[in-house]
Formats: sequence, C-alpha cells, structure tokens
Amino acid sequence: MAIFVNEHTRLVVQGITGSAGGFHTQQMVAYGTKVVAGVTPGKGGQSFEGIPVMDTVAEAVAEHGANASVIYVPPPFAADAIMEAAAAGVELIVAITEGIPVLDMMKVKVFLRDYPNARLVGPNCPGVISPGKAKIGIMPGHIHLPGRVGVVSRSGTLTYEAVGQLSALNIGQSTCVGIGGDPINGTNFIDTLSAFQADADTDAVIMIGEIGGSAEEEAAAWIAENFTKPIVGFIAGKTAPPGKRMGHAGAIISGGKGTASEKVAALEAAGVKVAPNPSEMGTTLKTLL
Amino acid sequence: MKIHEHQGKDLFKRFGIPVPRGQVAFSVDEAVAAADALGGDFWVVKAQIHAGGRGKGGGVKLARSKAEVRELAGEILGMNLITQQTGPEGKIVKRLYIEEGADIQDELYLGMLVDRATNAVTIMVSTEGGTEIEEVAEHNPSAIHKIHVNAATGVLPFQVRNVAKAMGMSGKLSRSLTSFVHKLYTCFTELDCSMAEINPLIVTSDQKVVALDAKLSFDSNAMFRHKDLAELRDLSEEEPSEIKASEFDLSYIKLDGDIGCLVNGAGLAMATMDILKHCGGEPANFLDVGGSATTERVTEAFKILIGDNVNAIFVNIFGGIMKCDTIANGLIAAHKTLGLKVPLIVRLEGTNVELGKTILRESGLTILAADSMADGAVKAVDAARKHREG
Repeated sequence: MAIFVNEHTRLVVQGITGSAGGFHTQQMVAYGTKVVAGVTPGKGGQSFEGIPVMDTVAEAVAEHGANASVIYVPPPFAADAIMEAAAAGVELIVAITEGIPVLDMMKVKVFLRDYPNARLVGPNCPGVISPGKAKIGIMPGHIHLPGRVGVVSRSGTLTYEAVGQLSALNIGQSTCVGIGGDPINGTNFIDTLSAFQADADTDAVIMIGEIGGSAEEEAAAWIAENFTKPIVGFIAGKTAPPGKRMGHAGAIISGGKGTASEKVAALEAAGVKVAPNPSEMGTTLKTLL
Repeated sequence: MKIHEHQGKDLFKRFGIPVPRGQVAFSVDEAVAAADALGGDFWVVKAQIHAGGRGKGGGVKLARSKAEVRELAGEILGMNLITQQTGPEGKIVKRLYIEEGADIQDELYLGMLVDRATNAVTIMVSTEGGTEIEEVAEHNPSAIHKIHVNAATGVLPFQVRNVAKAMGMSGKLSRSLTSFVHKLYTCFTELDCSMAEINPLIVTSDQKVVALDAKLSFDSNAMFRHKDLAELRDLSEEEPSEIKASEFDLSYIKLDGDIGCLVNGAGLAMATMDILKHCGGEPANFLDVGGSATTERVTEAFKILIGDNVNAIFVNIFGGIMKCDTIANGLIAAHKTLGLKVPLIVRLEGTNVELGKTILRESGLTILAADSMADGAVKAVDAARKHREG
C-alpha cells in the first residue's frame, strides 16, 4: 500500500527541460516511476526523452491523466508552479525547489485552502519514494529497499543517511517522505505520521527533525495521543551554536522551544526512542522490531 | 541579510513610518556637521553596528551641546563595542547616526516576524520598551501582546485596536499605533523582510508613536527582486570567510574547532558536527555546499576550509541532487591549485557514487576513505589529533 506514492502514480514534471529537472526525470523513469508528461511554459509540443512536453499543467492532467506533480522550477517561479498544479487538480505536489521566498509560500498556503484535495510536500525537500514502486524527487533510488519501515524527515540528505543505515541492516522501507526544511511548508510531521499510522504496510517509523521551530514538539504531542507503532526519532543540531540562524525574536514566538535538548525531551516523553547520535538511527530502530 | 539602523530608518521614511530626523556620519567632523544641520539643543550619538544591545554597551549617548557631540563621536567612533549580541570579541564602530533628541513619554517594543507555526506574520507588542524581548518573555510574559496576521487580509485595524486597548491606550494614541503597524506591515511584505524589530517604539507627549530604533533583516531568498536592498549590505560587518562563502552560494558558518567539514544538506551538516563532537572532535565550521553546487563552487568551498587553519578535513557527502563525481572533481581541482596539506577524510554515498570513487582513486591523492558517517568521524578526529601533535 505505502503512502502518498505508489505504482499507480502518474507524474508530470514541472521544469522538465531544466538541467536538474532533466537529469532527475531520467533517474525517476529508470526507477520505474510513470512519468506521463513534462511542463515548461513556451516549450509545449516538444518532447524530452520520449516524454511529451506541454505548456500547462492543466493540459498534462487533461491529456495524460497526471495525478501527481514534481517541481524543479527556479525559485522566482516556483510558487506559481505549485499553485498551477493545485488549480489543475493534481492531488500530490512535490516541490523540490530550494530558495523560494517565504512570503511567496505564505501566499501558496492561503491559495491551497481552496484545494483541500491537493497535498503539497516541500518545498526544499528530496521528495517521496515508495521503494520498489515509484520515486518522486531527487533521492538516490539505489540505496532504498522495499519493506515496512516508514521514514519522515525535515532534512534531505539526513533522510538518505537513515535509509542507508536501514538498508545496510536489511530493513526495507514502505515510504520515505522528505517534508523539507523551509519555515513554511506543506505536509508536516503530523500529516505524514497519521498516514503511516493508517498504512497497513508500515510497521514502524523513523522521524528525523532538526533544531528551530516547534514542529517536533507538536508532533510529539500528537504521537503521545495517536501513534501506536514503534517509532525512533533523531534531532540534528545538538551541537549547533545558538543564535546563528534562528532569528532573535524567533525563539520567543514558539515559547522558548526550538533547541535539540527540548525536542529530544518532548519526543522521549511521548514514547519515541531517540537515537543517541546520527549513525545509530538504523540500529536504534532495529531494537524495536 | 541585515542592515544598519540608519538604513532601516531611510526605508521606513519611504513607507511613511514616523522616525526622528537624523544623519549618518563617518567621522567626528561629519557628526558635528550633522548636529548643526539638524538644529535643536540635544542630540543622540548612536553607534551603527549590526547587533542589538548598543545602548547598554555604551554605544548610544545623549549630547547636550555640539562640543559634547564632538566629544562623544570621538569616543564612540572606532571603539570596540561589546554587547550581548556581538559576543565577547565585540565589533569596531565605523559609522555613527546623529539623531535629534526625542520627546519621550513612554517606551514600547514592537516586533514583526514570519511565524512558522501560523504560516503567516506575527506581530508582538510589549509595554516594556527598551528591554530585550527575551527578558520580558521570561519575567513578565503578560506584557507581550500578539497579533496573528491573516496572510490573505494583512493586519486589520481592529487587531491593533484590541492590543492598544489591552495596553490601556485609546483615542489618538490608539489611532497612531494602528496607522504605524499598518505601514510597517506594508514595508515588511513589500521588502520581503524576515524580521522587523523596533525597540523602543516611543510615545511622544502629543500622543504619537515614533520608531526610535529600526532593526530589519531580509529574506535572502527574495533578494533577486530587491536589487536596491543588496546595495545596503555592509560587508565590513560580516565574517570575511562567510562573505566569500555567500559569493558562491555556500551556506557557511565559522566555528571554533579544527576539523573542517564539507557536507551537502543542512541536516546532514549539523549531524556531522554532532557526530564529530560525539567522537571527541571539534568542528571548525558548518558548511552546506547545497544541492546544485558546481565543481567550481566545491573548489571554493575547499579554499575556505583551508583558510580556517584546520587540522583535518572531513568530506561527508550523501548525494541526491548533488552528484558524487562533482564533489570528487572539485576536490581534485582544489588540490591542484592549493595543495591540501592536511589529512582528508572522504565519505561518499548516493548519486553517482561509483563514478566519484573512481575519480578519486585515479587521481592519486592521499585520501582516507570512510565507509560510513561514524567511520569518517572517528578517522577525522584521530587524524586531526595526529596532525595537531605534529
């Protein structure tokens, strides 16, 4: 079953003719993902590696039955691309683009309220993969192994690290979701965890957070009430110097939350087994199986 | 990106936000000339550095005569100003802002920032002006009033009126605050600010609010549409190696240790610092080369690391959008131009990993290969210790 992405996903690639879009389209096709169309405004009618390129997402949906989109569009145009996909009726929108202005994302969030069936993952994320079924995004496919552990993470490359550790222990994954590290994003920890909770093919989960914001604390509160499967956590940034990246008043607004030790404490209080260091995410999960 | 107070006030004026009159000065003579031009009988001499807490650190002083302006300007210009936010090393004051003395009846605090919890802007107003907001939050949280702005409507007049009422304001003062907040919100959204902080926001005896301070920072992701703001950047306020890194779109923060780190992805970069400490080492930096780095940018990243006088370099790459062969080629190019004299520990995994490993193997470079993050961290800590001890 897996979550969000499976063998029935019909993908349109927005920004297919760019260098990242092109390279990763080839990688996704090679992994077995059904890429049904690409979109680059002004390049409609061309084709990319045999995949038809259209001017609009609406055409990709109408003519090729696309139900998911992945976005490799440069930052100045990425918010528009997300909203175009939602308006075209796409159900899953995975925004890979890094560097979208935060005020643009504020507008996107308001816009998406009118499209409750559209799920946005990202931006600034590696994407979503259901190993052996399909991958949408930029993660290296070969490190994954089909199986029954779900992974959800704010950090792209740290997700690969966790997956690499699991696969090395011969523990496969049901779905791995990178929710992205931007301050304003789409799908959050709780959305993903509740999908994993409902997924009959997921037995356990690794959740990877990092310092800043309060998403992990909110997830911890939700887990305590609602999540019944074994779950391992990790928080990156235990040794990061304070005040370097987080804004001055930022810590106030979240009521003093945001440090690694507070997040670890919140997760542990919710029954999450927290890996002591980043190289022990896989082995910590193994102890719970 | 941060700017100086005087630049923030210039931007405020563009949006009709009330500020006292003032002039920037780069020398003592310019400071006196500024006081002359402003007129009046008292002035404030303010150090311009990119850090808060200037008043407590002795960087903001009142002058009652032009002779005193001259004296104070001479004292503050060139001083090493140490505040809570500069760290113990302080910052050299290179410019001043000379401002007309203000008629202060009361002092408030006003902060505006993008709030990840609500996906919108949150405004905080406190009756304890002049005090750091963290301190107020700890000792007197009920003095802080928040407005959660709806991104679709912007800040609404009634929201400010409610806060004004809660602070005991009414009539003209409430209207003045409402107008002020509305204009500041326009400034915030039009200029893609990530934070605006006014401490203190003063109430004058004729019941108006005026920004006595202006601390603005901008969303660096939005600078492509604000070319004029980029010109306000004062490079002398930033760490030289961090400037160099930003030229090449590298996310870099200098730290105190001696093991250079080159990593892709912020999360993995932080985790790399965590595991180095866990193994008894000290990272010299946080460096995320990003997903779209070219060989040239990777080469620059190595140059910056070497400039930090490290005893070992730990390259920890798990390629996704970043390809391992790009890292390998950058490493070789850096070695050719600079000659890497410290131990190099490389862990490569992910996209094009075999190609990357082959390139490194055939280069003939002396590299300690690591087969996992933990293995690399142990090797890096060990190699750095040996190199340090000669």
